[in-house]
Amino acid sequence: MAYSDKVLDHYENPRNVGTLDKNDPHVGTGMVGAPACGDVMKLQIKVNDSGIIEDAKFKTYGCGSAIASSSLVTEWLKGKTLDQAAEIKNSAIAEELALPPVKIHCSVLAEDAIKAAVADLKSKQPA
Amino acid sequence: MTVKTPIYLDYSATTPVDPRVAEKMIPYITEHFGNPASRSHPFGWTAEEAVEEARDEVAKLVNADPREIVWTSGATESNNLAIKGAANFYSGTKGKHIITVQTEHKAVIDAVRELERQGFTATYLAPEPNGLIDLEKFKAAIQPDTVLASVMMVNNEIGVIQDITAIGNICRENNIIFHVDAAQATGKVDIDLEKLPVDLMSFCGHKTYAPKGIGALYVRRKPRIRIEAQMHGGGHERGMRSGTLATHQIVGMGEAFRLARLEMKSENLQVRRLRDRLLAGLEEIDEVYVNGDMDHRVPHNLNISFNFVEGESLIMAVKDIAVSSGSACTSASLEPSYVLRALGRSDELAHSSIRFSIGRFTTEEDIDYTIALMKSKIGKLRELSPLWEMHLDGIDLSKVEWAAH
Repeated sequence: MAYSDKVLDHYENPRNVGTLDKNDPHVGTGMVGAPACGDVMKLQIKVNDSGIIEDAKFKTYGCGSAIASSSLVTEWLKGKTLDQAAEIKNSAIAEELALPPVKIHCSVLAEDAIKAAVADLKSKQPA
Repeated sequence: MTVKTPIYLDYSATTPVDPRVAEKMIPYITEHFGNPASRSHPFGWTAEEAVEEARDEVAKLVNADPREIVWTSGATESNNLAIKGAANFYSGTKGKHIITVQTEHKAVIDAVRELERQGFTATYLAPEPNGLIDLEKFKAAIQPDTVLASVMMVNNEIGVIQDITAIGNICRENNIIFHVDAAQATGKVDIDLEKLPVDLMSFCGHKTYAPKGIGALYVRRKPRIRIEAQMHGGGHERGMRSGTLATHQIVGMGEAFRLARLEMKSENLQVRRLRDRLLAGLEEIDEVYVNGDMDHRVPHNLNISFNFVEGESLIMAVKDIAVSSGSACTSASLEPSYVLRALGRSDELAHSSIRFSIGRFTTEEDIDYTIALMKSKIGKLRELSPLWEMHLDGIDLSKVEWAAH
Protein backbone atom coordinates (compact mmCIF):
# COMPACT_ATOMS: atom_id res chain seq x y z
CA MET A 1 0.00 0.00 0.00
CA ALA A 2 1.51 3.29 -1.06
CA TYR A 3 0.67 6.20 1.19
CA SER A 4 0.66 9.84 0.17
CA ASP A 5 3.37 12.08 1.59
CA LYS A 6 0.76 13.89 3.68
CA VAL A 7 -0.45 10.65 5.28
CA LEU A 8 3.12 9.65 6.01
CA ASP A 9 3.87 13.06 7.49
CA HIS A 10 0.88 12.91 9.86
CA TYR A 11 1.69 9.29 10.69
CA GLU A 12 5.34 10.05 11.47
CA ASN A 13 4.61 13.34 13.24
CA PRO A 14 1.05 13.21 14.50
CA ARG A 15 -0.27 16.61 15.66
CA ASN A 16 -2.14 17.16 18.89
CA VAL A 17 -1.92 13.69 20.36
CA GLY A 18 -3.29 13.62 23.85
CA THR A 19 -6.21 13.71 26.20
CA LEU A 20 -8.31 16.53 27.63
CA ASP A 21 -10.36 16.24 30.82
CA LYS A 22 -13.59 14.72 29.59
CA ASN A 23 -15.43 16.01 32.68
CA ASP A 24 -14.57 19.63 31.91
CA PRO A 25 -17.81 21.35 30.78
CA HIS A 26 -15.83 23.09 28.03
CA VAL A 27 -14.60 19.77 26.59
CA GLY A 28 -16.50 17.59 24.14
CA THR A 29 -15.42 14.00 23.54
CA GLY A 30 -16.24 11.83 20.54
CA MET A 31 -15.27 8.18 20.42
CA VAL A 32 -16.17 6.27 17.27
CA GLY A 33 -15.30 2.93 15.68
CA ALA A 34 -14.67 -0.47 17.19
CA PRO A 35 -11.53 -2.54 17.82
CA ALA A 36 -12.92 -5.47 15.83
CA CYS A 37 -13.29 -3.20 12.79
CA GLY A 38 -9.69 -2.10 13.10
CA ASP A 39 -10.33 1.58 13.90
CA VAL A 40 -11.16 3.48 17.06
CA MET A 41 -10.88 7.28 17.11
CA LYS A 42 -11.13 9.46 20.16
CA LEU A 43 -11.41 13.16 19.38
CA GLN A 44 -11.71 15.92 21.97
CA ILE A 45 -12.37 19.62 21.52
CA LYS A 46 -12.21 22.44 24.03
CA VAL A 47 -14.12 25.68 23.50
CA ASN A 48 -13.52 29.07 25.09
CA ASP A 49 -16.26 31.32 26.45
CA SER A 50 -16.89 32.81 22.99
CA GLY A 51 -17.67 29.34 21.63
CA ILE A 52 -14.47 29.06 19.59
CA ILE A 53 -12.53 25.78 19.60
CA GLU A 54 -9.21 26.65 21.20
CA ASP A 55 -7.79 23.15 21.55
CA ALA A 56 -8.26 19.74 19.98
CA LYS A 57 -6.65 16.41 20.86
CA PHE A 58 -6.90 12.90 19.49
CA LYS A 59 -5.89 9.33 20.00
CA THR A 60 -6.45 6.76 17.28
CA TYR A 61 -6.13 3.00 17.06
CA GLY A 62 -6.05 2.30 13.36
CA CYS A 63 -4.12 2.27 10.14
CA GLY A 64 -1.89 5.11 8.95
CA SER A 65 -4.78 6.75 7.09
CA ALA A 66 -6.96 6.73 10.19
CA ILE A 67 -4.18 8.27 12.27
CA ALA A 68 -3.56 10.91 9.58
CA SER A 69 -7.28 11.73 9.20
CA SER A 70 -7.70 12.38 12.91
CA SER A 71 -4.41 14.26 13.20
CA LEU A 72 -5.43 16.50 10.30
CA VAL A 73 -8.85 17.38 11.71
CA THR A 74 -7.35 18.45 15.04
CA GLU A 75 -5.43 21.07 13.06
CA TRP A 76 -8.50 22.16 11.15
CA LEU A 77 -10.75 22.38 14.20
CA LYS A 78 -8.75 24.98 16.08
CA GLY A 79 -10.22 28.47 15.70
CA LYS A 80 -13.55 27.23 14.37
CA THR A 81 -16.99 27.63 15.93
CA LEU A 82 -18.95 24.47 16.68
CA ASP A 83 -21.17 25.08 13.67
CA GLN A 84 -18.15 25.51 11.41
CA ALA A 85 -16.65 22.35 12.89
CA ALA A 86 -19.76 20.35 12.13
CA GLU A 87 -19.48 21.41 8.50
CA ILE A 88 -16.17 19.62 7.93
CA LYS A 89 -16.85 16.93 5.36
CA ASN A 90 -15.11 13.63 4.93
CA SER A 91 -14.55 14.39 1.26
CA ALA A 92 -12.35 17.36 2.20
CA ILE A 93 -10.27 15.16 4.51
CA ALA A 94 -9.93 12.45 1.86
CA GLU A 95 -8.93 15.02 -0.75
CA GLU A 96 -6.36 16.74 1.46
CA LEU A 97 -4.71 13.40 2.32
CA ALA A 98 -5.17 11.88 -1.16
CA LEU A 99 -6.76 8.77 0.40
CA PRO A 100 -7.30 5.83 -1.96
CA PRO A 101 -10.86 4.45 -2.24
CA VAL A 102 -10.24 1.63 0.27
CA LYS A 103 -9.29 4.22 2.87
CA ILE A 104 -12.24 6.59 2.47
CA HIS A 105 -13.83 5.03 5.56
CA CYS A 106 -11.02 6.58 7.62
CA SER A 107 -12.14 10.07 6.61
CA VAL A 108 -15.76 9.14 7.29
CA LEU A 109 -14.76 8.03 10.75
CA ALA A 110 -12.98 11.36 11.36
CA GLU A 111 -16.10 13.27 10.32
CA ASP A 112 -18.18 11.09 12.63
CA ALA A 113 -15.73 11.77 15.47
CA ILE A 114 -16.11 15.55 15.01
CA LYS A 115 -19.90 15.27 15.03
CA ALA A 116 -19.80 13.09 18.15
CA ALA A 117 -17.48 15.52 19.96
CA VAL A 118 -19.64 18.52 19.03
CA ALA A 119 -22.81 16.71 20.13
CA ASP A 120 -21.18 15.75 23.43
CA LEU A 121 -20.14 19.34 24.06
CA LYS A 122 -23.58 20.74 23.18
CA SER A 123 -25.24 18.25 25.52
CA LYS A 124 -23.08 19.62 28.36
CA GLN A 125 -23.90 23.25 27.79
CA PRO A 126 -27.06 24.96 29.01
CA ALA A 127 -29.51 25.49 26.20
CA MET B 1 26.14 -0.72 15.72
CA THR B 2 25.89 -0.96 11.98
CA VAL B 3 23.13 -2.99 10.44
CA LYS B 4 21.87 -2.80 6.91
CA THR B 5 18.14 -2.12 6.74
CA PRO B 6 15.69 -3.46 5.94
CA ILE B 7 16.70 -6.46 8.01
CA TYR B 8 15.44 -9.71 6.54
CA LEU B 9 13.46 -11.66 9.15
CA ASP B 10 11.11 -13.47 6.79
CA TYR B 11 12.98 -16.74 6.18
CA SER B 12 9.71 -18.67 6.39
CA ALA B 13 8.49 -16.79 3.33
CA THR B 14 11.61 -17.62 1.39
CA THR B 15 15.34 -17.91 1.93
CA PRO B 16 18.14 -16.46 -0.14
CA VAL B 17 19.95 -19.02 -2.26
CA ASP B 18 23.11 -19.98 -0.39
CA PRO B 19 26.09 -18.73 -2.43
CA ARG B 20 27.54 -22.26 -2.37
CA VAL B 21 24.30 -23.49 -3.92
CA ALA B 22 24.28 -20.80 -6.60
CA GLU B 23 27.87 -21.61 -7.51
CA LYS B 24 27.05 -25.27 -8.02
CA MET B 25 24.03 -24.41 -10.18
CA ILE B 26 25.70 -22.06 -12.65
CA PRO B 27 27.48 -24.63 -14.88
CA TYR B 28 24.13 -26.37 -15.42
CA ILE B 29 22.65 -23.23 -16.94
CA THR B 30 25.55 -22.63 -19.32
CA GLU B 31 27.94 -25.46 -20.27
CA HIS B 32 26.00 -28.51 -18.99
CA PHE B 33 22.71 -27.47 -20.52
CA GLY B 34 21.65 -30.87 -21.82
CA ASN B 35 18.20 -32.32 -21.38
CA PRO B 36 18.46 -35.07 -18.76
CA ALA B 37 15.99 -37.10 -20.82
CA SER B 38 18.37 -37.14 -23.82
CA ARG B 39 19.75 -40.65 -23.79
CA SER B 40 21.81 -40.53 -26.97
CA HIS B 41 24.64 -38.12 -26.18
CA PRO B 42 26.92 -36.90 -23.37
CA PHE B 43 25.03 -33.62 -22.92
CA GLY B 44 22.05 -35.57 -21.71
CA TRP B 45 24.12 -38.03 -19.71
CA THR B 46 25.88 -35.25 -17.78
CA ALA B 47 22.57 -33.60 -16.94
CA GLU B 48 21.01 -36.89 -15.92
CA GLU B 49 23.93 -37.69 -13.66
CA ALA B 50 23.55 -34.31 -11.93
CA VAL B 51 19.80 -34.85 -11.49
CA GLU B 52 20.34 -38.27 -9.94
CA GLU B 53 23.08 -36.99 -7.65
CA ALA B 54 20.70 -34.30 -6.43
CA ARG B 55 17.94 -36.87 -5.98
CA ASP B 56 20.31 -38.86 -3.76
CA GLU B 57 20.95 -35.77 -1.64
CA VAL B 58 17.27 -34.98 -1.18
CA ALA B 59 16.63 -38.63 -0.26
CA LYS B 60 19.55 -38.66 2.20
CA LEU B 61 18.29 -35.65 4.15
CA VAL B 62 15.01 -37.45 4.87
CA ASN B 63 16.40 -41.01 4.92
CA ALA B 64 14.42 -42.20 1.92
CA ASP B 65 15.27 -44.22 -1.19
CA PRO B 66 16.10 -41.91 -4.12
CA ARG B 67 13.56 -43.82 -6.20
CA GLU B 68 10.91 -42.43 -3.84
CA ILE B 69 11.67 -38.81 -4.80
CA VAL B 70 9.67 -37.15 -7.61
CA TRP B 71 10.75 -33.68 -8.80
CA THR B 72 8.09 -30.98 -8.93
CA SER B 73 8.02 -27.21 -9.26
CA GLY B 74 7.60 -26.63 -5.53
CA ALA B 75 5.57 -27.55 -2.48
CA THR B 76 2.31 -26.25 -3.93
CA GLU B 77 2.61 -28.65 -6.82
CA SER B 78 3.76 -31.47 -4.53
CA ASN B 79 0.74 -30.93 -2.29
CA ASN B 80 -1.64 -30.88 -5.24
CA LEU B 81 -0.06 -33.98 -6.78
CA ALA B 82 -0.11 -35.89 -3.51
CA ILE B 83 -3.62 -34.97 -2.42
CA LYS B 84 -5.46 -35.07 -5.74
CA GLY B 85 -3.28 -37.92 -7.03
CA ALA B 86 -3.81 -40.22 -4.06
CA ALA B 87 -7.43 -39.28 -3.39
CA ASN B 88 -8.40 -40.00 -6.97
CA PHE B 89 -6.38 -43.22 -7.19
CA TYR B 90 -7.78 -44.74 -3.99
CA SER B 91 -11.29 -43.26 -3.86
CA GLY B 92 -12.77 -46.22 -5.73
CA THR B 93 -11.54 -48.76 -3.19
CA LYS B 94 -11.45 -46.80 0.04
CA GLY B 95 -13.93 -43.97 -0.19
CA LYS B 96 -14.17 -40.25 -0.61
CA HIS B 97 -13.58 -38.65 2.79
CA ILE B 98 -10.49 -36.57 3.54
CA ILE B 99 -9.19 -35.23 6.86
CA THR B 100 -7.03 -32.14 7.07
CA VAL B 101 -6.49 -29.23 9.47
CA GLN B 102 -7.72 -25.63 9.42
CA THR B 103 -4.17 -24.31 9.84
CA GLU B 104 -2.74 -26.07 6.78
CA HIS B 105 -1.17 -24.10 3.95
CA LYS B 106 -3.62 -22.89 1.31
CA ALA B 107 -2.07 -25.31 -1.19
CA VAL B 108 -3.45 -28.16 0.93
CA ILE B 109 -6.75 -26.56 1.92
CA ASP B 110 -7.59 -25.43 -1.59
CA ALA B 111 -6.60 -28.78 -3.11
CA VAL B 112 -9.01 -30.47 -0.68
CA ARG B 113 -11.70 -27.88 -1.49
CA GLU B 114 -11.28 -28.69 -5.16
CA LEU B 115 -11.79 -32.39 -4.37
CA GLU B 116 -14.95 -31.44 -2.46
CA ARG B 117 -16.23 -29.83 -5.65
CA GLN B 118 -15.56 -33.16 -7.38
CA GLY B 119 -17.68 -35.10 -4.90
CA PHE B 120 -15.33 -35.79 -1.99
CA THR B 121 -16.23 -34.81 1.57
CA ALA B 122 -13.74 -33.29 3.99
CA THR B 123 -13.20 -32.61 7.67
CA TYR B 124 -11.10 -29.55 8.52
CA LEU B 125 -9.94 -30.21 12.08
CA ALA B 126 -9.60 -27.26 14.45
CA PRO B 127 -6.25 -27.26 16.27
CA GLU B 128 -5.96 -26.69 20.00
CA PRO B 129 -5.23 -23.09 21.09
CA ASN B 130 -1.49 -23.92 21.00
CA GLY B 131 -1.74 -24.92 17.34
CA LEU B 132 -1.30 -28.67 17.89
CA ILE B 133 -3.78 -31.37 16.99
CA ASP B 134 -5.57 -33.31 19.69
CA LEU B 135 -5.04 -36.96 18.67
CA GLU B 136 -8.40 -38.01 20.10
CA LYS B 137 -10.15 -35.44 17.96
CA PHE B 138 -8.21 -36.70 14.96
CA LYS B 139 -9.34 -40.27 15.69
CA ALA B 140 -12.91 -39.08 16.12
CA ALA B 141 -12.85 -37.48 12.66
CA ILE B 142 -12.09 -40.81 10.96
CA GLN B 143 -14.96 -42.31 8.98
CA PRO B 144 -15.23 -45.73 7.33
CA ASP B 145 -14.71 -44.06 3.96
CA THR B 146 -11.73 -41.88 4.97
CA VAL B 147 -9.20 -42.30 2.19
CA LEU B 148 -6.60 -39.64 2.93
CA ALA B 149 -5.32 -37.43 5.71
CA SER B 150 -3.04 -34.43 5.18
CA VAL B 151 -1.25 -32.76 8.10
CA MET B 152 1.69 -30.41 7.86
CA MET B 153 4.86 -31.13 9.81
CA VAL B 154 5.79 -27.52 10.63
CA ASN B 155 3.28 -24.70 10.40
CA ASN B 156 4.37 -21.80 8.22
CA GLU B 157 2.92 -19.04 10.42
CA ILE B 158 3.47 -20.22 13.97
CA GLY B 159 6.22 -22.83 13.49
CA VAL B 160 4.60 -25.54 15.63
CA ILE B 161 5.64 -29.15 14.94
CA GLN B 162 2.83 -31.71 14.80
CA ASP B 163 3.30 -35.24 16.17
CA ILE B 164 3.63 -36.85 12.74
CA THR B 165 4.58 -40.26 14.17
CA ALA B 166 1.44 -40.49 16.31
CA ILE B 167 -0.88 -39.20 13.58
CA GLY B 168 0.75 -41.52 11.03
CA ASN B 169 0.29 -44.53 13.28
CA ILE B 170 -3.40 -43.75 13.64
CA CYS B 171 -3.64 -43.53 9.84
CA ARG B 172 -1.87 -46.89 9.45
CA GLU B 173 -4.26 -48.55 11.89
CA ASN B 174 -7.17 -47.23 9.88
CA ASN B 175 -5.78 -47.89 6.42
CA ILE B 176 -5.69 -44.19 5.53
CA ILE B 177 -3.12 -42.72 3.13
CA PHE B 178 -1.11 -40.10 5.04
CA HIS B 179 0.32 -37.03 3.34
CA VAL B 180 2.60 -34.57 5.14
CA ASP B 181 3.52 -31.10 3.89
CA ALA B 182 7.12 -30.72 5.08
CA ALA B 183 7.93 -27.52 3.15
CA GLN B 184 8.84 -25.68 6.37
CA ALA B 185 10.50 -28.66 8.04
CA THR B 186 13.59 -29.55 6.01
CA GLY B 187 16.82 -28.41 7.60
CA LYS B 188 14.91 -27.57 10.77
CA VAL B 189 13.70 -30.91 12.18
CA ASP B 190 15.01 -34.44 11.73
CA ILE B 191 13.02 -36.39 9.18
CA ASP B 192 13.53 -40.15 8.95
CA LEU B 193 11.14 -41.65 6.45
CA GLU B 194 12.33 -45.16 7.18
CA LYS B 195 10.76 -44.76 10.61
CA LEU B 196 8.00 -42.22 10.03
CA PRO B 197 4.62 -43.75 9.13
CA VAL B 198 4.14 -41.35 6.23
CA ASP B 199 3.10 -42.26 2.67
CA LEU B 200 3.57 -38.97 0.84
CA MET B 201 5.66 -35.96 1.83
CA SER B 202 6.02 -32.58 0.10
CA PHE B 203 9.31 -30.69 -0.05
CA CYS B 204 10.27 -27.28 -1.25
CA GLY B 205 13.61 -25.83 -2.33
CA HIS B 206 13.31 -22.16 -1.54
CA LYS B 207 12.61 -22.49 2.19
CA THR B 208 15.93 -24.30 2.57
CA TYR B 209 18.36 -22.03 0.66
CA ALA B 210 17.67 -23.47 -2.79
CA PRO B 211 16.07 -21.40 -5.55
CA LYS B 212 12.33 -20.93 -6.06
CA GLY B 213 10.59 -23.10 -8.63
CA ILE B 214 11.83 -26.49 -7.47
CA GLY B 215 10.35 -29.01 -5.08
CA ALA B 216 9.87 -32.70 -4.63
CA LEU B 217 7.31 -35.25 -3.55
CA TYR B 218 8.24 -38.35 -1.60
CA VAL B 219 6.12 -41.32 -2.70
CA ARG B 220 6.60 -44.41 -0.52
CA ARG B 221 7.64 -47.65 -2.25
CA LYS B 222 7.19 -50.11 0.63
CA PRO B 223 4.26 -50.46 0.90
CA ARG B 224 3.89 -48.95 -2.52
CA ILE B 225 1.72 -45.86 -2.77
CA ARG B 226 0.12 -45.02 -6.10
CA ILE B 227 -0.89 -41.60 -7.31
CA GLU B 228 -2.62 -40.38 -10.45
CA ALA B 229 -0.47 -37.96 -12.43
CA GLN B 230 -1.77 -34.40 -12.57
CA MET B 231 0.58 -33.34 -15.36
CA HIS B 232 0.57 -35.49 -18.47
CA GLY B 233 3.19 -35.62 -21.18
CA GLY B 234 6.49 -37.36 -21.76
CA GLY B 235 6.18 -39.71 -18.83
CA HIS B 236 9.05 -38.24 -16.83
CA GLU B 237 9.52 -39.17 -13.18
CA ARG B 238 8.12 -42.66 -13.73
CA GLY B 239 4.96 -41.18 -15.16
CA MET B 240 4.05 -39.31 -12.01
CA ARG B 241 5.11 -35.88 -13.24
CA SER B 242 5.78 -35.17 -16.87
CA GLY B 243 7.82 -32.20 -18.01
CA THR B 244 11.48 -31.62 -18.83
CA LEU B 245 13.48 -31.54 -15.63
CA ALA B 246 14.99 -28.17 -14.65
CA THR B 247 18.52 -29.49 -14.18
CA HIS B 248 20.02 -26.33 -12.65
CA GLN B 249 17.14 -25.94 -10.18
CA ILE B 250 17.39 -29.60 -9.23
CA VAL B 251 21.16 -29.32 -8.74
CA GLY B 252 20.47 -26.33 -6.48
CA MET B 253 17.95 -28.22 -4.35
CA GLY B 254 20.30 -31.19 -4.08
CA GLU B 255 23.18 -29.03 -2.90
CA ALA B 256 20.97 -27.06 -0.51
CA PHE B 257 19.63 -30.27 1.03
CA ARG B 258 23.16 -31.67 1.30
CA LEU B 259 24.23 -28.55 3.20
CA ALA B 260 21.12 -28.79 5.36
CA ARG B 261 22.03 -32.37 6.28
CA LEU B 262 25.60 -31.43 7.21
CA GLU B 263 24.88 -28.14 8.96
CA MET B 264 21.42 -28.48 10.43
CA LYS B 265 22.55 -29.28 13.96
CA SER B 266 24.92 -26.37 14.42
CA GLU B 267 22.66 -23.99 12.50
CA ASN B 268 19.67 -24.82 14.68
CA LEU B 269 21.68 -24.05 17.81
CA GLN B 270 22.66 -20.66 16.45
CA VAL B 271 19.14 -19.86 15.25
CA ARG B 272 17.63 -20.92 18.57
CA ARG B 273 20.02 -18.68 20.48
CA LEU B 274 18.97 -15.70 18.32
CA ARG B 275 15.26 -16.54 18.56
CA ASP B 276 15.45 -16.82 22.35
CA ARG B 277 17.27 -13.49 22.49
CA LEU B 278 14.52 -11.90 20.38
CA LEU B 279 11.80 -13.41 22.54
CA ALA B 280 13.45 -12.25 25.77
CA GLY B 281 13.76 -8.73 24.37
CA LEU B 282 10.17 -8.53 23.12
CA GLU B 283 8.76 -9.97 26.32
CA GLU B 284 10.00 -6.86 28.11
CA ILE B 285 7.13 -5.09 26.34
CA ASP B 286 3.77 -5.21 28.19
CA GLU B 287 0.79 -7.06 26.74
CA VAL B 288 2.51 -9.26 24.18
CA TYR B 289 1.25 -12.75 23.38
CA VAL B 290 3.22 -15.55 21.72
CA ASN B 291 1.09 -17.44 19.20
CA GLY B 292 1.57 -21.21 19.11
CA ASP B 293 3.23 -23.73 21.37
CA MET B 294 6.80 -22.80 22.39
CA ASP B 295 7.97 -26.36 23.15
CA HIS B 296 6.87 -28.11 19.96
CA ARG B 297 8.20 -25.47 17.65
CA VAL B 298 11.05 -24.92 15.20
CA PRO B 299 13.70 -22.55 16.57
CA HIS B 300 13.39 -20.29 13.52
CA ASN B 301 9.95 -18.95 14.26
CA LEU B 302 8.55 -16.37 16.64
CA ASN B 303 4.97 -15.26 16.11
CA ILE B 304 3.84 -12.65 18.56
CA SER B 305 0.85 -10.33 18.97
CA PHE B 306 1.11 -6.81 20.33
CA ASN B 307 -2.12 -5.91 22.09
CA PHE B 308 -3.77 -2.48 21.63
CA VAL B 309 -1.83 -1.75 18.44
CA GLU B 310 -3.52 -1.93 15.05
CA GLY B 311 -1.93 -4.29 12.52
CA GLU B 312 -1.50 -2.06 9.51
CA SER B 313 0.00 0.85 11.45
CA LEU B 314 2.30 -1.71 13.06
CA ILE B 315 3.56 -2.83 9.66
CA MET B 316 4.09 0.81 8.67
CA ALA B 317 6.04 1.34 11.87
CA VAL B 318 8.42 -1.55 11.34
CA LYS B 319 9.36 -0.91 7.74
CA ASP B 320 13.05 -1.26 8.66
CA ILE B 321 12.52 -4.97 9.18
CA ALA B 322 11.12 -7.40 6.62
CA VAL B 323 8.57 -9.51 8.47
CA SER B 324 5.14 -11.02 7.82
CA SER B 325 1.98 -9.74 9.42
CA GLY B 326 -1.11 -11.61 10.53
CA SER B 327 -3.13 -8.98 8.79
CA ALA B 328 -3.70 -8.72 5.07
CA CYS B 329 -4.63 -5.10 4.73
CA THR B 330 -4.21 -4.63 1.03
CA SER B 331 -7.88 -5.11 0.30
CA ALA B 332 -10.88 -3.15 1.49
CA SER B 333 -11.86 -5.83 3.96
CA LEU B 334 -9.38 -6.57 6.70
CA GLU B 335 -8.58 -10.27 6.71
CA PRO B 336 -6.94 -11.48 9.88
CA SER B 337 -4.72 -14.55 9.60
CA TYR B 338 -6.90 -17.67 9.29
CA VAL B 339 -4.23 -19.62 11.17
CA LEU B 340 -4.41 -17.37 14.22
CA ARG B 341 -8.20 -17.26 14.03
CA ALA B 342 -8.21 -21.08 14.08
CA LEU B 343 -6.25 -20.92 17.36
CA GLY B 344 -9.08 -18.85 18.78
CA ARG B 345 -7.21 -15.55 18.80
CA SER B 346 -9.43 -12.45 18.66
CA ASP B 347 -9.46 -10.45 15.43
CA GLU B 348 -7.55 -7.66 17.17
CA LEU B 349 -4.73 -9.93 18.34
CA ALA B 350 -4.62 -11.73 15.01
CA HIS B 351 -4.30 -8.38 13.22
CA SER B 352 -1.54 -7.13 15.47
CA SER B 353 0.65 -10.21 15.10
CA ILE B 354 4.05 -10.35 13.52
CA ARG B 355 5.89 -13.44 12.36
CA PHE B 356 9.63 -13.09 12.80
CA SER B 357 11.48 -15.89 11.05
CA ILE B 358 15.19 -16.22 11.55
CA GLY B 359 17.69 -17.98 9.34
CA ARG B 360 21.23 -18.82 8.31
CA PHE B 361 22.35 -15.24 7.74
CA THR B 362 20.67 -13.51 10.72
CA THR B 363 23.10 -11.84 13.13
CA GLU B 364 22.94 -10.85 16.76
CA GLU B 365 23.10 -7.19 15.64
CA ASP B 366 19.99 -7.78 13.52
CA ILE B 367 18.15 -9.13 16.55
CA ASP B 368 19.23 -6.32 18.86
CA TYR B 369 18.24 -3.69 16.32
CA THR B 370 14.85 -5.39 15.93
CA ILE B 371 14.22 -5.47 19.68
CA ALA B 372 15.08 -1.77 20.05
CA LEU B 373 12.92 -0.86 17.04
CA MET B 374 9.92 -2.81 18.31
CA LYS B 375 10.16 -1.30 21.77
CA SER B 376 10.25 2.22 20.43
CA LYS B 377 7.53 1.78 17.79
CA ILE B 378 5.13 -0.15 19.98
CA GLY B 379 5.57 2.55 22.62
CA LYS B 380 4.81 5.26 20.09
CA LEU B 381 1.72 3.54 18.68
CA ARG B 382 0.37 2.84 22.15
CA GLU B 383 0.78 6.47 23.07
CA LEU B 384 -1.52 7.12 20.12
CA SER B 385 -3.94 4.35 21.02
CA PRO B 386 -7.17 5.16 22.87
CA LEU B 387 -7.45 1.44 23.64
CA TRP B 388 -4.10 1.43 25.45
CA GLU B 389 -5.22 4.48 27.45
CA MET B 390 -8.44 2.74 28.42
CA HIS B 391 -6.49 -0.39 29.35
CA LEU B 392 -4.21 1.65 31.61
CA ASP B 393 -7.32 3.20 33.20
CA GLY B 394 -8.46 -0.31 34.06
CA ILE B 395 -11.33 -0.43 31.59
CA ASP B 396 -12.28 -3.90 30.33
CA LEU B 397 -12.44 -3.35 26.58
CA SER B 398 -14.57 -6.43 26.05
CA LYS B 399 -17.34 -4.79 28.10
CA VAL B 400 -17.37 -1.51 26.17
CA GLU B 401 -20.27 -0.96 23.80
CA TRP B 402 -18.56 0.05 20.58
CA ALA B 403 -20.23 1.96 17.79
CA ALA B 404 -19.38 -0.60 15.11
CA HIS B 405 -19.13 0.77 11.62
